[in-house]
Amino acid sequence: MDIIQILISENFWAASLRIATPLIFGVLGALLCEKAGVLNLGIEGIFAAGAMAGWMAVWLGAGLWGGLLVAGLVGGFFGLIHAILTVPLGLSQHVSGLGITMLATSVSYFTYRTALPKVSSPPRIEPFQPLDIPVLSDLPFIGPVLFQQTAMTWLALFMVALVWWVLNRTPLGLAIRAVGDNPDAVDAQGLSVYGLRMGAIVAGSALMALGGAFLTMSAFDAFFFGMVNGRGWICIALVIFASWRPGKALLGALLFGAFDAFQVRLQTQVGAFLPSQVFLMAPYVLSIFALVIVARRAEYPRALLTPWFKGQR
Amino acid sequence: MLRIEPREAPSRWWTLGVPVISALLALLLAAIPLAAAGANIVEAYKQMFNGIFGSVFAFTEMLTRATPLIFTGLAATMAFRAKLWNIGAEGQLYLGAMAAVTVGTGLIDAPSFILIPIILLAGAAGGAAGMAGPAYLKVRFGADEVVTTLLLNFIILIFLQMMLEGPLQDPMGMGWPQSEPIVDNGILPQLVPRMRLHSGLIIALVAAAIAHVMLSKSVWGFKLRAVGENAAAAFHAGIGVRRTLMSAAIVSGALAGLAGVSEVAGLRGYLTTDLSPGFGYTGIVVAMLAGLSPIGVVISAVFIASIFVGADTMSRAIGVSSYLSDLVVALSLICVLIGGFIAKYRIIRTNKGDV
Amino acid sequence: MTNPCVLSLNNLTKRFGSVVANDAVSIDLHRGEVLSLLGENGAGKTTLMNMLFGHYVPDSGSIDVADEFGEMHPLTLGHPQAALDAGIGMVHQHFTLAESLTALDNILLGSESLLSWRHNRNAARRKINGIMERTGLAAPLDEPVGKLTVGERQRVEILKALYHDARILVLDEPTAVLPPQEADTLFENIGAMTTGGLSVIFISHKLREVLAFSNRIVVLRHGKKVGEIATEDADERVIARMMVGADTPATPRVSMEPGAKVLELKSVTVKGDNARTTLHSVNLSIHAHEIVGIAGVSGNGQSAMARVISGLASPDSGVMLIDGHKINRFTPPAMQKAGVGRIPEDRHHEGMIGAMSVAENLVIERLDDPEIQKLGFLRRKYIRSNAEELSRTYDIRGPGIDADARLLSGGNIQKLILARVFERSPRLILANQPTRGLDLGAANEVARRLLKARARGAGVLLISEDLDEILALCDRVIVIHDGQLFEAHSKDRQAIGLMMAGENIC
Repeated sequence: MDIIQILISENFWAASLRIATPLIFGVLGALLCEKAGVLNLGIEGIFAAGAMAGWMAVWLGAGLWGGLLVAGLVGGFFGLIHAILTVPLGLSQHVSGLGITMLATSVSYFTYRTALPKVSSPPRIEPFQPLDIPVLSDLPFIGPVLFQQTAMTWLALFMVALVWWVLNRTPLGLAIRAVGDNPDAVDAQGLSVYGLRMGAIVAGSALMALGGAFLTMSAFDAFFFGMVNGRGWICIALVIFASWRPGKALLGALLFGAFDAFQVRLQTQVGAFLPSQVFLMAPYVLSIFALVIVARRAEYPRALLTPWFKGQR
Repeated sequence: MLRIEPREAPSRWWTLGVPVISALLALLLAAIPLAAAGANIVEAYKQMFNGIFGSVFAFTEMLTRATPLIFTGLAATMAFRAKLWNIGAEGQLYLGAMAAVTVGTGLIDAPSFILIPIILLAGAAGGAAGMAGPAYLKVRFGADEVVTTLLLNFIILIFLQMMLEGPLQDPMGMGWPQSEPIVDNGILPQLVPRMRLHSGLIIALVAAAIAHVMLSKSVWGFKLRAVGENAAAAFHAGIGVRRTLMSAAIVSGALAGLAGVSEVAGLRGYLTTDLSPGFGYTGIVVAMLAGLSPIGVVISAVFIASIFVGADTMSRAIGVSSYLSDLVVALSLICVLIGGFIAKYRIIRTNKGDV
Repeated sequence: MTNPCVLSLNNLTKRFGSVVANDAVSIDLHRGEVLSLLGENGAGKTTLMNMLFGHYVPDSGSIDVADEFGEMHPLTLGHPQAALDAGIGMVHQHFTLAESLTALDNILLGSESLLSWRHNRNAARRKINGIMERTGLAAPLDEPVGKLTVGERQRVEILKALYHDARILVLDEPTAVLPPQEADTLFENIGAMTTGGLSVIFISHKLREVLAFSNRIVVLRHGKKVGEIATEDADERVIARMMVGADTPATPRVSMEPGAKVLELKSVTVKGDNARTTLHSVNLSIHAHEIVGIAGVSGNGQSAMARVISGLASPDSGVMLIDGHKINRFTPPAMQKAGVGRIPEDRHHEGMIGAMSVAENLVIERLDDPEIQKLGFLRRKYIRSNAEELSRTYDIRGPGIDADARLLSGGNIQKLILARVFERSPRLILANQPTRGLDLGAANEVARRLLKARARGAGVLLISEDLDEILALCDRVIVIHDGQLFEAHSKDRQAIGLMMAGENIC
């Protein structure tokens, strides 16, 4: 019936990319941490912190790019806490990550409420605007899908390329991959296991925070409680689905975005027959389903979740 | 140079003292956000104390708040002991509550001593089902239970909305998404006249005692600990690892389900989508603060409940955001993690570079 | 020795608490020389090398290393990076390779500035090819290391050190993991390297290779240097006496008449992913009063065999009988019930649960036993008295039966496992590398217990990489190669060695 119409509409593909954007940041961030051997379940909270910090910085007059910088720094800060707890101290990555999620979320909410005690609806900012590139933006189909996105979507796509390049083409990336596979190998070459792991976590967390910032600075124009809504957890599932490859992570995020955009559109068409919640549930169910399918042949970074202590072979 | 090495046998004082010190430290750290919010810190702590011990009402309120936390803390404890990362207690709590209102709102007409056990069982079964699924996906397909339980929380909450706007909706509720009330015979009796404290607390304490006995004295508990500490060795020794994990999952989920029953049949009387302000997640903090000991869970649940109730009172009295309590709870978790590290390892100064 | 000195360890002393691990050890290494460092487990070889590599700081003493122009400079102690920069490379017994990375990536790791924005893979490849041509070390560079054979991995490790311009190479028991003919290739390669000016320290406890391939031998015992001898002046007896101090009495071993078959494998085939986990139609029988040794280079199917017999894997075809009964269910508990007692290969990870008490670990294989439990609850009193008794009989020493098992030393962990296995009087004992990593005393205890079980009437299947151990203990020797079993008709070391390498198989 109208499914074909949805699939060929440029509006649908543009929405897919838009929905995918925060996930791209998040999956890349989680991927970077896990490649270095550390699971970062702080992602959900770091999303919230990035969303809050970026938005508030802009609201206080930092400008959009300044806001992004602030978001990244705040994300990196929470990442640093996770890094200290899990790398030199070698504490449970699961529990520490959940602690970071709780901490980052509550700090963000508390700060928001403290700064704006009595407002019922948050002040709006002027978010990133869709780019308007001469010629390209006017192309049929391609124009609206690709060239009328905001700068943050382009930043996300650039990050995919950057993370891929760093991991696969540079000595630093080689060291990160090695430290997530066998820290002893890295140590034997005189490189710092702690430094590499902590650096990867901080950088990955900064990326996650940019994903959060996209929500308040591009998708919407204000901060709301509960706006992250499980996106961080979905990223954790997508990393496994993407078998820790930046390219596949992009693909996974896009597939997810497309599915989400599709279910919203389908809902308007067949919504009368099914409760709307069935559609709301679908993305989460899909994530679990994808996870189950790839789980058996997932090749986790071999040192993932295993703490390493200096001098203990 | 500093070097980390495990302590031979952590002393009793360390294992007992660390959570207490960590918790107090987290409370002290709360002064930072309080100061940032421009509050009078001494006054704030005074209000907090009053909010817990200031009156019988305050104290029973605190225990009322502790009740679901004991359940979810036990749920996390039983799962984590088997190294099964059940982060889905929040969803399992709602499944338990849904099961409770399904059987408890008039479907069955029976006297209290029959109906209440039925409701409890239904709730436990609901919660257990919520964890059995992810555990099965883990042992059968190797799907990471952290992710599946986290995502299930969202699915279950949406499912709850669907139910409360559909089959479970109260026809007399004027269209609000809420369930019919639990019938009088299904309500858990109150413990103190005119207070909200209900007998869910007694059930929680009994559950903690049973959990303690099962974990430390039964063969099942032995197997659970063995699987959690070293699944490979347990498997080699002939312990059914999958079966043990599944049973741990079911017990954990059932406990989380009971939290839902206790809230809906003991406190609210009917089910809404805001039954739990994150009891499932807070249960993880409770369990970690308790060092994964069921008896410790009771104490740490009381502590965390005190923070919530005390911070609520305080934030009302001096006008600080009530998210402060969440912040302190999160800080407690981080502090206890670091404290646990200090209890287990010592950091030694060594010769330069001697690592 | 006319060649100049490239490394000198001067009076190195290291204490751990009251234990003196190294006591004023001095060693000189010359350019182009192969120096063997010999000693029993625990003689102090590892500590010495850890000081050389900056992992430990000596309590006293110093180290001097020659730079590329031959001038001696003191080495900054306690800095691994300083040792690497000084041109010292090490190949550990347990390789430090990242298995999911390619060999090339492993070699490149740490050789370029982390700030550089791209690799220079072509230049690297040229340099490695040059080294490979010069030394004869060959390894596929673009395969993930996880897919390489043990020998290839070892060559990658050596290439890594040479790529980082090592002038001194330390090899820690390099032949422990190699089949004999690959070991010979390794020594040829080392020969080629030393003619290029490389100096090698070669740690071993295999007297024959030491005698065959080194220029000079240094022997450590109880942390002291007890002997230094030019290889041409040495023979096995002299060195053995230096290492052990006095001649150790061999474990007394009386011959016995084999009894009924306790284990029979009939054309058992296991289809594994690799050679380690594959068996090709294997036939084997073990009788009561008999110890049968499985000799072989690791990774030739020992693991598959151990897994089948302990119930961790089921054969794809074939029949297994224990005490004449056919086994239908291959699970660990089923095997235990059938009468198999198992001493696992990896005692720390598979043999015990570190965070549970010694007493609990002693009963973990018999939880369903009515002595242990009543109506699903543990009988603590019995568990404790059982632990006390077994600790006495098996001489398990440590902080006590209620302490975590992780606090026991390696030897005592093995005694715990022996106690657990032998108290059940199993019909068949599967002992997989039972003495690996143990000191002499603990290893002798294991041997004594195995012989005692044999006397009692058990059959023992001993899987070991240590041919000496097999020759000393076993009634029959069977060689495993490429998933197949070959009976050795005599205890002739050379013949067995050739069979292990896959030659002269009749």
